[in-house]
Amino acid sequence: MALDRREAVQRLLADRGEMLVVSGLGSPTYDVAAAGDDDRNFYLWGAMGSAAPIGLGLALAQPAKRVLVVTGDGELLMGLGALASIAAQRPANLAIVVLDNERYGETGMQKSHTAHGADLAAIAQGAGFPVAATITDEADLDRIVGEIRSGQGPMLVVVKITAGEAPRVLPSRDGVEVKNRFRRSLGL
Amino acid sequence: MDATADVDWRLKIHPLLRAANVRQVAYVPDAGHTPLIEACHADPSMKAIVLTNEAEGMGVLAGAWLGGQRGAMLMQSSGVGNCINALSLTQICRFPFLGLITMRGEWGEFNGWQVPMGQNTEASLKGAGVIVQRCDDPDDVAPTVEAAAHLAFDSEVAVAVLLSQRLIGRKKF
Ligand SMILES: Cc1ncc(C[n+]2csc(CCOP(=O)(O)OP(=O)(O)O)c2C)c(N)n1
Repeated sequence: MALDRREAVQRLLADRGEMLVVSGLGSPTYDVAAAGDDDRNFYLWGAMGSAAPIGLGLALAQPAKRVLVVTGDGELLMGLGALASIAAQRPANLAIVVLDNERYGETGMQKSHTAHGADLAAIAQGAGFPVAATITDEADLDRIVGEIRSGQGPMLVVVKITAGEAPRVLPSRDGVEVKNRFRRSLGL
Repeated sequence: MDATADVDWRLKIHPLLRAANVRQVAYVPDAGHTPLIEACHADPSMKAIVLTNEAEGMGVLAGAWLGGQRGAMLMQSSGVGNCINALSLTQICRFPFLGLITMRGEWGEFNGWQVPMGQNTEASLKGAGVIVQRCDDPDDVAPTVEAAAHLAFDSEVAVAVLLSQRLIGRKKF
């Protein structure tokens, strides 16, 4: 079984409160934008592999706020070492959600390593994440939403999604503006 | 020059980072940075963050700045190539960047494998939009690091300080 990416992200971000969100390039950025533009979203359009490390620096800088990274299997695979670096710091307020369609969607739906058996939750666990899980249905998703809001991290949740394309919802590509409004939302 | 003769300049960097209010120090180890890495780990006002790859550092420091903290990166010249694409963050979003880079592959290098990246460090950084400031003299290290921190955080630009292999001493095998 697998979930619809838009519905899953909508569910993750509904009533998000003060949660800070970083999205990986490509479809995850469109999914986060589709759930509603927010000053507390930092959208990536490049720097592939950087979503999880950005989440780490942000979670360490803002320990009282929840930080959620929403990214793709391909984007995470480019920087798997970051999982070990995050586990070494153990930021309790950091959650990473991997929207796993087992494809490099943005570039033509080529099969990614997860289609060939790579298990990202097992990799996160092996890297030292205290919490790592793979979910495939609505009931799991409902349970995990609460964990992401208030559970002890760092946690990595692989959300298996169907490989269909959703309509593109394009947030701002002006990196300076997105950065500045994010900081302003924190009073910086 | 031997590697232990001149440790003074190395001990001067940590207080400068502290004075610049640097709170996150990301690094991939280099022998030349050992005393500084230890000082950052020992400082309760700082998080010293060991990375598997220098590219992660660009993300970590960007995240730190998004969350209101200043960060710095400690690395060896051989790691610069690992960061090039991640440095789009500094160019596109104007994140400040302060990198302290120990040089290999230039001054009496014993290990030829260090030469290709060492000889291309400055050009690669400049190509990625990073301002490069070089230190060859131990007396220049403190003023250069202090000024680079101001430049990076006050002007919100990317700055790398190259700590010459001449400062660090030839690696003996
Ligand atoms: C360094 C780098 N290599 C390759 C690309 C091309 N690229 C853009 S998005 C993408 C795939 C992203 O896949 P995934 O994260 O799984 O997201 P999906 O679109 O499948 O949800 C790739 C390979 C890139 N932007 N940067």
